[in-house]
Amino acid sequence: MANAKPTEEEILAGLAEIVEEVAGVESDEVTADKSFVDDLDIDSLSMVEIAVQAEDRFEVKIPDAELANLKTVGDAVNYVAKNV
Amino acid sequence: MSRVDVVVTGMGATTPLGGDVASTWDGLIAGRNGIRTNDADWVSRFELPSRLAAPLAVEPSEVLPRVQLRRLDRCEQVAIIAARQAWADAGFELPTGESQSVDPDRLGVAIGTGIGGPVTLLDQDDVLENQGLRKVSPLTVPMLMPNGPAAHVSIELMARAGVHSPASACASGAEGLATGWQMIQNGRADVVVAGGAEACIAPITVAGFAQSRTLSLRNDEPERASRPFDIHRDGFVLGEGAGVLVLEREDHARARGARIYGRLAGAGITSDAYHITGNHPEGIGQVNAITEAIRTAGISPEDVGHVNAHATSTVVGDIGEAVAIRRAIGDHVVLTAPKSSLGHLVGGAGAVESIVTLLSIYHGIIPATRNLENQDPKVGLDVVAGEPRKMEIVAAVNDSFGFGGHNVALAFTAA
Repeated sequence: MANAKPTEEEILAGLAEIVEEVAGVESDEVTADKSFVDDLDIDSLSMVEIAVQAEDRFEVKIPDAELANLKTVGDAVNYVAKNV
Repeated sequence: MSRVDVVVTGMGATTPLGGDVASTWDGLIAGRNGIRTNDADWVSRFELPSRLAAPLAVEPSEVLPRVQLRRLDRCEQVAIIAARQAWADAGFELPTGESQSVDPDRLGVAIGTGIGGPVTLLDQDDVLENQGLRKVSPLTVPMLMPNGPAAHVSIELMARAGVHSPASACASGAEGLATGWQMIQNGRADVVVAGGAEACIAPITVAGFAQSRTLSLRNDEPERASRPFDIHRDGFVLGEGAGVLVLEREDHARARGARIYGRLAGAGITSDAYHITGNHPEGIGQVNAITEAIRTAGISPEDVGHVNAHATSTVVGDIGEAVAIRRAIGDHVVLTAPKSSLGHLVGGAGAVESIVTLLSIYHGIIPATRNLENQDPKVGLDVVAGEPRKMEIVAAVNDSFGFGGHNVALAFTAA
């Protein structure tokens, strides 16, 4: 993964795995339109864990200021795609 | 202040004898042993002198979903497990959206722990040292804080009348019950989910207790290691587990037709102000706690037929307690010491043993003290040994004493 940029589909699938691991949400529930807080019931503590795991997996930096803007799964996919 | 009757309508537990109240009680009546050889690698690595422990009979991972497990310290896991059982046993449903079995503003929680989450603390300190800040779990503080078990239960059951988490070492579970009793007495709540939890069988706690010279070293005979009141007792065995009771104002319980196990009729809390680990040689604090529990229950010492003793199997502690019981109640009471089967559940002990006390009243039978082969003549009391004893009990006292000089006595009576 370090050499080839992941596709948006790959990023979504990777995020879904992380969300399932951290918060127990079934990975097929994790779709681009879903809000982490309102739809997937993920709290701020779990968001920190998800961000750290996403940073490691996709080799990106997600500063706290940016994390606060990632309201939906799609926001997170787009952020990773742009910054990877 | 006029007296408010507090009854027990639900009970839950997970202990070294079983994953619930029924299996724990059946184990005690059958005289089963919950103490094992502690074969963890760290016991030999650190050359710990005590190679004994009383681990849970049912792992929390068999009961709780994976995500909940990773968000909770083991101490919080056992509290949640016991609280859920107690809640269901009382005939309540878990709150869902708009539907609550008890008005949240009239529902309290009082669940103590002696130590809280030291394993989380040490694990995350290792993470910080070896992997740096960003790998430290954001759940570190809520997992290690000693109010965590009580707070998690309050969220689970939607309890908004106040959450208390007494920390009084081995008396914490009993103080949880005393606190719940006070909340109802004071009119702050109609129902309180109360008790204690502990799960800290870990290198540092075993090492620390070993260094205070309080653990049994009878490593070759785990089933005979915990022997309260026996002449050859040599220390306690560290156990883990939780007990939770649903305390309820009697008229509230009667109005909904709840099954009533009995009453938590009185509570006494005192302190020794003497030594940080040793008990007072004259047991004044213990005597006063027992006396206050009996007084607040509105009964007299002659009414108390049974004492579920704290009796941890230490050389000094067991005799001190026996002397205090004789002074506060008299020599007519019949004792039992469940730590002979369960080991010492520290913050869980007072709550689990209160369940045992209440079931002894409810069923009219007292479990035997295991390993009581030659009773220390200094005890001077009738301790049930060998076989359980059938006996009608009108009132019983549960003792709990903790490092720091904490003395908590609870008086239970038949419904």
